[in-house]
Amino acid sequence: MFFGRRELLVLAAGLSFACNKPAGGEAEKGKAASPVPVPSQATPISLNGAGATFPYPLYSKWMAEYNKQFPNIRINYQSIGSGGGIRQIIAGTVDFGATDAPMKDDEAKQAPGKLFHIPATIGAVVISYNVPELTESLKLTPETLTEIYLGKIKKWNDPKIAADNAGAKLPAKEISVVYRTDGSGTTAVYTDYLAAVSAEWKDKVGAGKSVKWPVGLGAKGNEGVSGQVKTTPYTIGYIERAYATQNKLPMAELKNKSGKFVAPGTAAMSAAAEGVEIPPELHISLVNSSAEAAYPITGYTYLLVYADAKDPTKGEAIAKFLWWALHDGQKFAESLDYAPLPAKVITQVEARLKDLSAGGKKLL
Amino acid sequence: MTIQSGSLVRPRSKLRLALGREANFGDLAFRRLTALFAASVIVLLVWMAIQMGIASKLSLAHFGLGFITASDWDPVRDHYGALPFIYGTVVSSLLALCIAVPISLGIAIYLSELAHPRLRTPMGFLVELLAAVPSVVYGLWGIFALAPWLRETVEPLLAKTLGFLPLFQGPHQGFGMLAGGIILAIMITPTISSVSREVLRAVPQTLREGATGLGATRWEVVRVAVLPYAKSGLVGAVILGLGRALGETMAITMVIGNRSEIAISLFAPSYTMASVIANEFTEATGELYLAALAEIGLLLFGVTVALNVIARLLVWRVGRLPEGGRL
Repeated sequence: MFFGRRELLVLAAGLSFACNKPAGGEAEKGKAASPVPVPSQATPISLNGAGATFPYPLYSKWMAEYNKQFPNIRINYQSIGSGGGIRQIIAGTVDFGATDAPMKDDEAKQAPGKLFHIPATIGAVVISYNVPELTESLKLTPETLTEIYLGKIKKWNDPKIAADNAGAKLPAKEISVVYRTDGSGTTAVYTDYLAAVSAEWKDKVGAGKSVKWPVGLGAKGNEGVSGQVKTTPYTIGYIERAYATQNKLPMAELKNKSGKFVAPGTAAMSAAAEGVEIPPELHISLVNSSAEAAYPITGYTYLLVYADAKDPTKGEAIAKFLWWALHDGQKFAESLDYAPLPAKVITQVEARLKDLSAGGKKLL
Repeated sequence: MTIQSGSLVRPRSKLRLALGREANFGDLAFRRLTALFAASVIVLLVWMAIQMGIASKLSLAHFGLGFITASDWDPVRDHYGALPFIYGTVVSSLLALCIAVPISLGIAIYLSELAHPRLRTPMGFLVELLAAVPSVVYGLWGIFALAPWLRETVEPLLAKTLGFLPLFQGPHQGFGMLAGGIILAIMITPTISSVSREVLRAVPQTLREGATGLGATRWEVVRVAVLPYAKSGLVGAVILGLGRALGETMAITMVIGNRSEIAISLFAPSYTMASVIANEFTEATGELYLAALAEIGLLLFGVTVALNVIARLLVWRVGRLPEGGRL
C-alpha cells in the first residue's frame, strides 16, 4: 500500500529527471572534480538494506541512479519499517539498515559491533486540514495544535484558533481529528514535536511510533490519513509532506520557536537542521528548532552501518555509495519533497564515513 | 460410517486378487503419502501455536490473564490489554455475518432454484468475481465511497429512525464499526454464496419433484425440501465466510477507525486483532511490545478456533434435531 502511490511518485520524478537532463551521464563525466570515489568495477556486488518506509522514495531513486553509473553494483532496499530495519541490521541479515528514530541504547547493545548513524536526508510532517470555508492557509500555534490533539479544542471557531487567523471564516463545526494508526516514523516525529512543545502532552501521551491518542480516528498509512482528510470535511491530520503536495492538500503554517509562522518548504526544513548543532554521534531530534526560518516538525532519517565491516568488499562498496549519496545524491531530495543536508552536516558526515573500516583497515 | 468403510474394503480386495501385489503396494504408498499430507496440516498448526506461544512468553508472564481483560493499549508506557481488539474482531465479524448471510443465501437460492438457466452462469461468475478483488481495493473504495456515504446518508437516517437504540447513537464519522462490518460483509458474500450455491445444487432433483408433486409452491419446495437437506453444507459455507471475516486485515483497518476502545455504538471507531498486528508489528521495538503483539496473534488463533468449534457444534445440533431440523 505504502509503495503504490509513492512508487508512482518515484517513477514520475525519475521520468522528469530523465527528460530534463537527457545528457545526465555526460554532465557527470564533465565534473572531474567530483569527490565521489569510484568503486571497483571488476566484480558484481550486491548489497542489501532494509528499514524505514519514510525515505523509501529517495533511497530507491539513489539506488537506481547509482546502479546506472556503476552497473556492477546492485543495491536492494526493503522498506519494511524502522523497527524491522534495526532488527535486521542487529541480526546481520542485511548490509545496512535504515531508521527514522535513532536506535535506543539497549538496542545498540544487542548489536555484535558498533553501529554508525549516517543522516541521509531531512523530512517534514505537515498538518493538513479540510475546511471548505477557509480560503487562506490556516495558522496554528503549538498550543492550539496540542489542544486539538488532546481533545480540548473541539470546534473550528474556537477563539484560540481564531486569534491567530484574523479575518478567516472559521465554521462552528466539530473538529474531526485523524492520526496514523500504523507505527511510523511520521508519528514518531510528530509526537516528538508535541512532547517538545507541551508538558501536558509529554506527561499524558508521550512520544513514539505508536501512542495512545486521546481523541480521533486512526487511518492506515500516509495515504489513509490524506484520504480521510480529503474526503471528510472539518478534518485535521498530520502527514508526510510529499503526500500533501501530491494530493494538493492545504498545509497549515506553524508558529516556530522564534515566533514566526512558517509554511513547510524545503528551505524551512533545511533551516531547521542548520539551527540544531549535530552531536558527534550524528543523531538528534530537529523538532522545534530555534532557527528563525525553521519549520518546526522536521526530522533526520538515518542509515545504519557497522563501523567495522565484516566483508571488506561489501564494506567498501557501502562506504563509497554513502559518499555518493552524501554528495551527488542530495540533489534528488528536493524533487521528492525532502530537504538536502546542510553543508556543515555534510562535512561532519564525511569525517564519519572516513572512519568506516573493514578488519581495522580504513575503507575510504 | 462402519458400513461405508466396509463397502470400500471389499472392492479393494477384489482388485488385489485381479492385479496382484503391485496394486497393493501402490495403494499403500498412496495412502501413506496422503496421510502425510493430511498430517502436515496438523503439524503446521501445532508448530505455529507453539511458536507464537514462545514469541509471546514475555507478555504471558508479565500480564497473565489480565491481558485479556485489560483495555489499555499504550506502547509508550508499555501497558498492553487486548480486550478492545477481541471485542472489535468478534463484533465486526458477527455484524458482517448478520448482513452477509441473508444476502448470500438469497443469491444462492436464486441462482440454483429460481434464475433462468441462461442467467445462472454469468451471474454466478460475477458473484465469484467479487471474491477476486484484492482487499486493499475494497479498503480504498471504503475510504473514498463507503465512508462518505455512511456519514452523509446512512448514519443520519439510522440515527433518525433507530436512534433510540444505543447502537445508533453518537457522532456520524463514516469510519467505524458499521463501515468495518459492511466491508467485511461485502467481502464474504461471494464466498458464502458460491459455496451455498454448490451445496444447493447437490440436493437431489427427486426431492424437489416430490415436494412439487405434493402441491408445494416454489417457496415451499425450497423451505421444506431443499434447505433442510442442505443445511449442514450451508452452515459450512457460513463458517468459511466467518473465517475470512475474522482474519481480514487490510480492508477493515482502512475503514474501522482504529481506536482501541469499546463502544456500544456502531458509529464509533473500533479496532481488530489482525489490524493491530499488521499496523504495529513492523515498527515495534522493545521486547514486551513485540511479545504483546505476538500474544494478540495467539488470541486471534484462539478466537478463530473457538468460533469454529461453536459453529461445528451448531451443525451437529441442527443435524440431530427432529424432522431433520428446520433452518
